[in-house]
Amino acid sequence: MSARVLVGVKRVIDYAVKIRVKPDHTGVVTDGVKHSMNPFCEIAVEEAVKLKEKKFVKEVVAVSCGPQQVQETIRTALAMGADRGIHVEVSGKDYETLGPLQVSKILAALAKKEQADLIILGKQAIDDDCNQTGQMTAALLDWPQGTFASEVNIEADMLKVVREVDGGLETIKIKLPAVVTADLRLNTPRYATLPNIMKAKKKKIANVKPADLGVDMSSRLEVLKNIEEADAGGAVQTNTEGLSSLVMEQTLRPVKSGSAPSPIQTRPM
Amino acid sequence: MANPLRAEVVQLYKTLLFLGREYPKGADYFRDRLRAAFAKNKDVSDPEKIKELISRGEFVVKELEALYYLRKYRALKKRYYETQ
Repeated sequence: MSARVLVGVKRVIDYAVKIRVKPDHTGVVTDGVKHSMNPFCEIAVEEAVKLKEKKFVKEVVAVSCGPQQVQETIRTALAMGADRGIHVEVSGKDYETLGPLQVSKILAALAKKEQADLIILGKQAIDDDCNQTGQMTAALLDWPQGTFASEVNIEADMLKVVREVDGGLETIKIKLPAVVTADLRLNTPRYATLPNIMKAKKKKIANVKPADLGVDMSSRLEVLKNIEEADAGGAVQTNTEGLSSLVMEQTLRPVKSGSAPSPIQTRPM
Repeated sequence: MANPLRAEVVQLYKTLLFLGREYPKGADYFRDRLRAAFAKNKDVSDPEKIKELISRGEFVVKELEALYYLRKYRALKKRYYETQ
């Protein structure tokens, strides 16, 4: 098969680091803090590389949006087996307001430019917990989506995806090209060992700017306040006057508020 | 001397040092134990024994990778999936 897979990877604060909110409540302390690839993105890269090893896919392209530092994250993806990388340069104010809407526009533009047949993303980032990028990208491209995937199989030109949903597993069959978002139990990501990292230095990372892709980076969201979890009351006030038809009303999977989905009984761990 | 094996031993040491950066008890703790372990065996010259020690080292590499993966998996499972 001559399929090309685009994998989005995000550089986030490492999962094991204790997060500290800035004293002025405008955000979280990121200077000098250990960053690494979003765990769900690692699972996405692993799935793409596995598909390549099974010869379902010919090329795996790792994409990341952000400043210079995200190149480390792309290098990790290359060390895990991706063939080449694309670094979409976003810095300064644009990076501060970078969110799923902008990233999905970028990914959609790149998918068309690189003629990708499959996009695999992590289901959500552990820093913003949006769980929106995959869904938005699919909508922008008008491609089918298999989200919260715990198993992916290619059968002819269709994708069979087993999804982890509240109350169990759902199996769907979708046509390629498609967008898949990886859930925790999709696979076990390989560790990027030193020899692989050395080999990955020879692989290419292309530099692209959002303007080259014709993407508007303006944000419709404004972060009002960041406070420690203990003080959080949690309130959502919607003001829909400014939203365009492109923004999907997404029901976010509840993650920390105590109404999380029930576990899948068959899993050992 | 076991010259070709020397390169393997150095490679193993570098790999373990690289992995040790993420060790839960701290990179320094790991590095000290690593150096002590390698220093203890520095006078071994029998190629068979050296190969055995190298494979033991590679086993530790696999153990570390499994440790890191389980740690991450369990942390994410606890964070994102409700336990009964």
